[in-house]
Amino acid sequence: MMKTDFRREPLHIAILAGLLILGFFLPDWMRFLLQTALAGGLVALGVALQMRAGLVNFGQGLYYVLGGYAVGMLAAKAGITDVFLLLIAAIAIATVAGVVLGLLLSRYREIFYAMLSLAVSMILYGLLVKAAWLGSTDGFNIPAVTYLGWTPDRTVRPDVYYITTAVLTVLACLATARYLTSGAGMLCEAVAENEIRLEYLGASSRKVAFIAIVVAAALSGLGGGLFAMSTGHVDPLMTNWTTSGGFVFVALLAGRGSTIAPVIGFFLLELVRTYALDFAPNAWQMILGSVMLAVILLLPNGLWSLTEWRRKA
Amino acid sequence: MHKTIIPLCLAGTLTATGAWAQDDTIQIGVPVFLSGPAAGAFGQPERNAAELLFDSINEGSVPAPYDSEGVNGRTIEATFSDEASDAVVEYRNLVDRNGAEVVIGYTSSANCKSVAPLAEELQTLTVFVDCGTPQIFEEVVTDPTYVFRTGLTATTDAVGAARYLVDTGVDLSRVAGINQNYAWGQDNWRDFTGSLEALETGSEIVSEQFPQVYVGQYGAEASALLTSSPTLIFSSFWGGDLEAFVLQAAPRGLFARSQVILTTGEALFPTIPDELPEGTIISARGPFSVFAPENELAEWFRTAYAERFGQEPTYPAWKMAQAVLGVKAAYEKAGEGADSTAAAEAMENLEFEAPSGTVRMSLGNGHQAAQSISYGTYVLEDGEPGVENVITYSAECINPPADQTAAEWIAAGFPGAECD
Repeated sequence: MMKTDFRREPLHIAILAGLLILGFFLPDWMRFLLQTALAGGLVALGVALQMRAGLVNFGQGLYYVLGGYAVGMLAAKAGITDVFLLLIAAIAIATVAGVVLGLLLSRYREIFYAMLSLAVSMILYGLLVKAAWLGSTDGFNIPAVTYLGWTPDRTVRPDVYYITTAVLTVLACLATARYLTSGAGMLCEAVAENEIRLEYLGASSRKVAFIAIVVAAALSGLGGGLFAMSTGHVDPLMTNWTTSGGFVFVALLAGRGSTIAPVIGFFLLELVRTYALDFAPNAWQMILGSVMLAVILLLPNGLWSLTEWRRKA
Repeated sequence: MHKTIIPLCLAGTLTATGAWAQDDTIQIGVPVFLSGPAAGAFGQPERNAAELLFDSINEGSVPAPYDSEGVNGRTIEATFSDEASDAVVEYRNLVDRNGAEVVIGYTSSANCKSVAPLAEELQTLTVFVDCGTPQIFEEVVTDPTYVFRTGLTATTDAVGAARYLVDTGVDLSRVAGINQNYAWGQDNWRDFTGSLEALETGSEIVSEQFPQVYVGQYGAEASALLTSSPTLIFSSFWGGDLEAFVLQAAPRGLFARSQVILTTGEALFPTIPDELPEGTIISARGPFSVFAPENELAEWFRTAYAERFGQEPTYPAWKMAQAVLGVKAAYEKAGEGADSTAAAEAMENLEFEAPSGTVRMSLGNGHQAAQSISYGTYVLEDGEPGVENVITYSAECINPPADQTAAEWIAAGFPGAECD
């Protein structure tokens, strides 16, 4: 089991912030790819957090879609377009869902946790597909968001959205790092390794798991909200098992050594995907699959293990 | 050493792609389904048709009025993209990275909805080929400049189906439906039952089946339909689902005991022409394939397609051909040196010739095509699939007027519809 030390996190997050500032000057299409990848990366970070406690969530898309639909419904149906209100609502709704489901799910481990979380997310998928007033599988579009009464003009909108996403991603990573260095965060690994011993020491493994679930839910809600704002469209695919499986995969691929690993990992994977698609529109999944397989085989601890290896050498 | 190579390659691709867009070529992005369940039924024929049209246009071998080489003399260079990925991200990539001046494609309504506002934002002429949701110009972009759709909406299928059934005197006392449980199936069923009500058929809905999309097993649904003893069964199934349904329901006698209407039935011709029971009412979602008028373009398209791909084109191929020719017509109307914006301006309210006859972009502020729709009963003539008892409904009969949404129009009982 790889031991992780999160005291170096502020440095990692500073590096991420630096990269995101450089990212501002990328070509438009790649910056947009980065922007949506940051949103997805937050969800993958949520999955990675739970993995530290030995919980593999195959239904993290549930909180992602809740965040996305919260933004979408408030903006498109209720006419609230202030980005701060929208994103707070996205986080709040996902957190509430995390608390309610966490009460149930924190009792379960291993395959039971994975299957239950998958089941709940697919129930929501089924409900959304049935909801004709929400556009069923077509989903619905979301109008442009405003900033405290200011509507960014079409020409600056991409810049403003990117900055919003980048700043919030960095803040979310900082908050997550703070959580990981707290008691509740550090005990996660103990839950994965030996729950009985943890209980003897006087800690509640259920409580530790519960907090991890809720923190992951909040992160994913924010990710969903940012994704909805970026693409201007939400649909139920956000909570389909294929989407959730993708987040689990990124969490594995990126490694759990740092909060910034899933965020950067998600972007790299998206980059491989879009170039594979451009290079071989008929066989892009095969290229993507080969890359994933190669990473898993060559770097069993994820991409992040490259940085550890360098330090040792 | 190794570490530096990858970023360098990447940077190389970045700069190279931008420089491709030269004046003697025109970059066209074509997002269609190249993977997933919709690839066989839609993506493949659409891609084939696009390739055929691009090559023929570049050679100048399309019959008049499209017999000039290229688009305003510019050679078409196509980039195909897979619709089965994030549509918004890949649309940006097509336009920003690959330098696509025009985007022609999209089959999924969800993708059309998410891409439409983006096309307006990136100011790129974008022509939707096959997505059916009427919301595109009703709700998503109400004041379009760059977004067009040369295909009909799903509403026209349902309205045309109801009219055909009434006009041919099919017993509509007990109606049942089997449609896929997603937006397409739900919208079709809602519009169809709404149209029956508007035509005052007094039908009783005896069974509504909504199986999951792509399930492929319809034994339980077929039994449920049989036991409700309907006089008519309506289905908007497509692709593999439609094939599976016909193969499983026909041996159970479903087609013998009830009249069945399949709105996308024409697509079965290349795959299971012998298993589709004769007498089934089918459509091609517009004047395509067996319902196409006899003209030189249709004849050319049919022959050239069959020659190159060894199969008659199904309706998605016809729709793609229509979209590509619409773009060529728009560019040529705009004149020499036209760019995306000028072509979009010219395409508004454009009338152009296609293998399916004359297409008028007269709805949705001049951005949505109005075309007729035909229904007929399936018949095998000497082993060749065909149709008889064909009735064609004009565009004015089956499309809502400009100031009304499809749903309102159906609910109000088709005000202003002009049917012969």
